[in-house]
Amino acid sequence: MGDVFSVTLLSLEVSGLATALSLLIGLPLGTALGLGRFPGRAVLLSVVNTGMGLPPVVVGLVVAMLLWRSGPFGGLQLIYTPLAIVIAQLIIAAPVVTGLTAVALQQLDPRLQQQLLGLGASQAQMVLALWREARLPLIAALIAGFGSVISEVGASMMVGGNIRGQTRVLTTAIVLETGKGEFETALALGALLLVITFLINVALTFVQQRGTRQRGRA
Amino acid sequence: MIEIQDLLVRRDGRPVLAIDHLRIERGDVLAVLGPNGAGKTTLLLVLARLLKPERGSVHFRSQAGPIENDLDYRRRLSVVLQEPLLLDRSVFDNVAAGLRFRHLTEGEVRERSAAWLEKLGIAHLRGRPGLSLSGGEAQRVALARAFVLEPELLLLDEPFASLDAVARQALADELRRLLAETRTTTVFITHDPVEVRQLATRTLWLEDGHLTDCAPGVEPLS
Repeated sequence: MGDVFSVTLLSLEVSGLATALSLLIGLPLGTALGLGRFPGRAVLLSVVNTGMGLPPVVVGLVVAMLLWRSGPFGGLQLIYTPLAIVIAQLIIAAPVVTGLTAVALQQLDPRLQQQLLGLGASQAQMVLALWREARLPLIAALIAGFGSVISEVGASMMVGGNIRGQTRVLTTAIVLETGKGEFETALALGALLLVITFLINVALTFVQQRGTRQRGRA
Repeated sequence: MIEIQDLLVRRDGRPVLAIDHLRIERGDVLAVLGPNGAGKTTLLLVLARLLKPERGSVHFRSQAGPIENDLDYRRRLSVVLQEPLLLDRSVFDNVAAGLRFRHLTEGEVRERSAAWLEKLGIAHLRGRPGLSLSGGEAQRVALARAFVLEPELLLLDEPFASLDAVARQALADELRRLLAETRTTTVFITHDPVEVRQLATRTLWLEDGHLTDCAPGVEPLS
């Protein structure tokens, strides 16, 4: 029971931190891609869109090679640590958040930027106002980013090593139990993962849809 | 108050606005007429410093002292575009948006916004979501949002174009009353000669990006 609790907690910590970091990167980058007009923007958008479909196991392989003892960042001794899983999951979630942020802002009326500036908004105030206008798809980006990492197993397994009490998360524990033929335990862990994901998404969807209800009330 | 000299704006290499000289005096209500694609909106965007010209200058002698940068410049004017482009917030928050951008105290924001909601006859809508309003109501909110800033220069881009005839007339009457009351220097784009007669003190005719003769019945531009 204690094991299940610590595995669940680690899953939430790792995926929560990776999602938060992906927001820090993806929100400004997606905003620049969505609103900016600069050379190479289309290429960068294509790279981000490709990144949205990165196979976690490939990300795990690359991050493992980089963090391996003999790899370029081996000296940091991060391989088989929770931080290594966070790095791998960040690489998975950041393109998702970036790409969906860019789309969310591109869907706004482009004249809204001129209107906000014409009302005396600074560039930062304009971006904040646009984020607020696009809050529904931006929360959807957050949900998609979190969903992409809480449910992945390949990267966590490769860079975390599924070490009991250290880097074992729900998905890697499910793989382990399935490998041992302990299907009941694996199913129970799977159900727990689903419930946790569901509850987090319910909370985020509630925040997201509150805005919709307010809009439709009049 | 505003002097434009040797202005040139190009789009895709083609000149879309070329004005040698234009002077707008304090208190002028200048109607800008011309066919579609003549450069009217471009002129408005240049005046709002939302578009940088390739060449030329726009000098704005403000009553509130020297202008430090584009943001400072834009905070002395208000822009109302063809569509109301309201934010997904309450009517009150829409009207208050520009004041909050200027970091006024919440007390000032409440007082000034409430006063202008009242003046535009939309105080009863203050709690309604901005995106749920009819076209006429939304455009009243857009006008309140512009006037509440007490701008030195008001820029209007066909503000009534998307309204039906009745709402259009009602808002034009309202705007005439407000301009007479506030004596705000205004540049407005229109295709409607009735609006010109009702509102304008001067008229400017733009064609292919150039100033040409003034519209019929208005003194020539000097």
